[in-house]
Amino acid sequence: MSNLSLFVVVALTGLLLVAAALIIATLIGPRSYNAQKGEAYECGIPTHGTSWMQFKAGYYLFAILFLMFDVETVLLFPWAVIVRDLGVAGLVNILFFLVILILGLAYAWKKGALEWK
Amino acid sequence: MQDNIFDFSIVTQWIDTFLRTYIPDWGALLIEFVLIGLALLLLYALIALALIYGERKICAFFQCRLGPNRVGPLGLFQSIADMLKILIKELIDIKHTDKFLFNLAPYLVILSSMLAFGCMPFGKGLQVLDFNIGVFFIMAVSSIGVLGILLAGWSSNNKYTLIGAMRSGAQMISYELSIGLSMLAVVVYAGTMQTSQLVDQQVTNGWFIFTGHIPMFIAFVIYLIAGTAETNRGPFDLPEAESELTAGYHTEYSGIHFGFYYLAEYLNMFIVAGIASLLFLGGWAPLHIGGWEAFNNIMDYIPSIIWFFGKTAVMMFIIMWFKWTFPRLRIDQLLHLEWKYLVPIGFVNLLLVVLMTIFKIHF
Repeated sequence: MSNLSLFVVVALTGLLLVAAALIIATLIGPRSYNAQKGEAYECGIPTHGTSWMQFKAGYYLFAILFLMFDVETVLLFPWAVIVRDLGVAGLVNILFFLVILILGLAYAWKKGALEWK
Repeated sequence: MQDNIFDFSIVTQWIDTFLRTYIPDWGALLIEFVLIGLALLLLYALIALALIYGERKICAFFQCRLGPNRVGPLGLFQSIADMLKILIKELIDIKHTDKFLFNLAPYLVILSSMLAFGCMPFGKGLQVLDFNIGVFFIMAVSSIGVLGILLAGWSSNNKYTLIGAMRSGAQMISYELSIGLSMLAVVVYAGTMQTSQLVDQQVTNGWFIFTGHIPMFIAFVIYLIAGTAETNRGPFDLPEAESELTAGYHTEYSGIHFGFYYLAEYLNMFIVAGIASLLFLGGWAPLHIGGWEAFNNIMDYIPSIIWFFGKTAVMMFIIMWFKWTFPRLRIDQLLHLEWKYLVPIGFVNLLLVVLMTIFKIHF
């Protein structure tokens, strides 16, 4: 059994769990229709206006910072497996990369990107 | 030394050969796939039920209450009754939602937790997915869950769910970095990403948290903090801060739709605890103390599956303990903790681990 086919089996199991539970719930659950029921719940009182609107840009900034570090993680994992064999050369090579990355974080810090305003 | 530990692959091999003697190969393979799927589903549901009961009972004891004690002895059937109740609840169709995304979100959340769940080494020879990029794979699939939460919050067309989802997204992607850095520390130390090899190394050499000296302990603490944040629990539960946001990103979900989020939350807690025990506490590796031969032999006779679930249960208890000990953080404190403390410490710690492995220095 190859890992890939097992991966498909596990993924299908997950999807099947959701689909089966939904089908069972719609079959045995009660149904009643009411104009008020379809309103958004929010906190109980009627909703004012649409909710697909602008939100704080701070989340976006952290998403960009995350992207930078996540790409770094992708690069570091293969290196981490063989660093024992690479020895000092591996450490020195990755140090250049890490220093640039940490400088980036320091710059973001200095610029106030990490403050929540 | 390893020979005393019962290998569960004997059982699976026996089922395989048994099926192949009676049925053609493709049929046997199909039956095995169905069996694997059923076993996973059963375990997934059982763990969720046990965790929901355990959480309610432990939370009750922390608050000097009795907890559920009416349904069955000691309230043992409470979570089963809850599950039935949640199944027969009405699924309310809400107007003004993005129907497609609203229905897609639970699939993504469950899919991500199920895939990560499949990678857990439950015992010797008891593991479904064992990729050579194991740890990396777990990180990759568990980040699909963020997508599900963001979609749920956005598609509900509700201001509270939107804020809850954005907070949750920012929190989960931020703390993923720290999880990645502490995983990297272990990968550097072990020289492999495959989960079965990680466990094998810890069976022969001892648990990483003991052999890895101080850097591994720092990685463990960072992992524990980041893992708690990753599950949106404990002091980091501000995406669903009841007093501000009703219920956060799943406010508009009803019935079993909400049940999926509930299920995934508890399973994610199990997965985080499971990875903690896999990376640092030896997975299913029994506790060995150098020189104590008799003690080590006795430890080997305890089945590996009990070791894994025991360690995971201890880790889950600690995560629950956090929830009832620390007050909730504010969003700025949460992001400062990650970006100004955990990420720099994680980087320094990674370098320490590299120095430790290359130059064989012991801190």
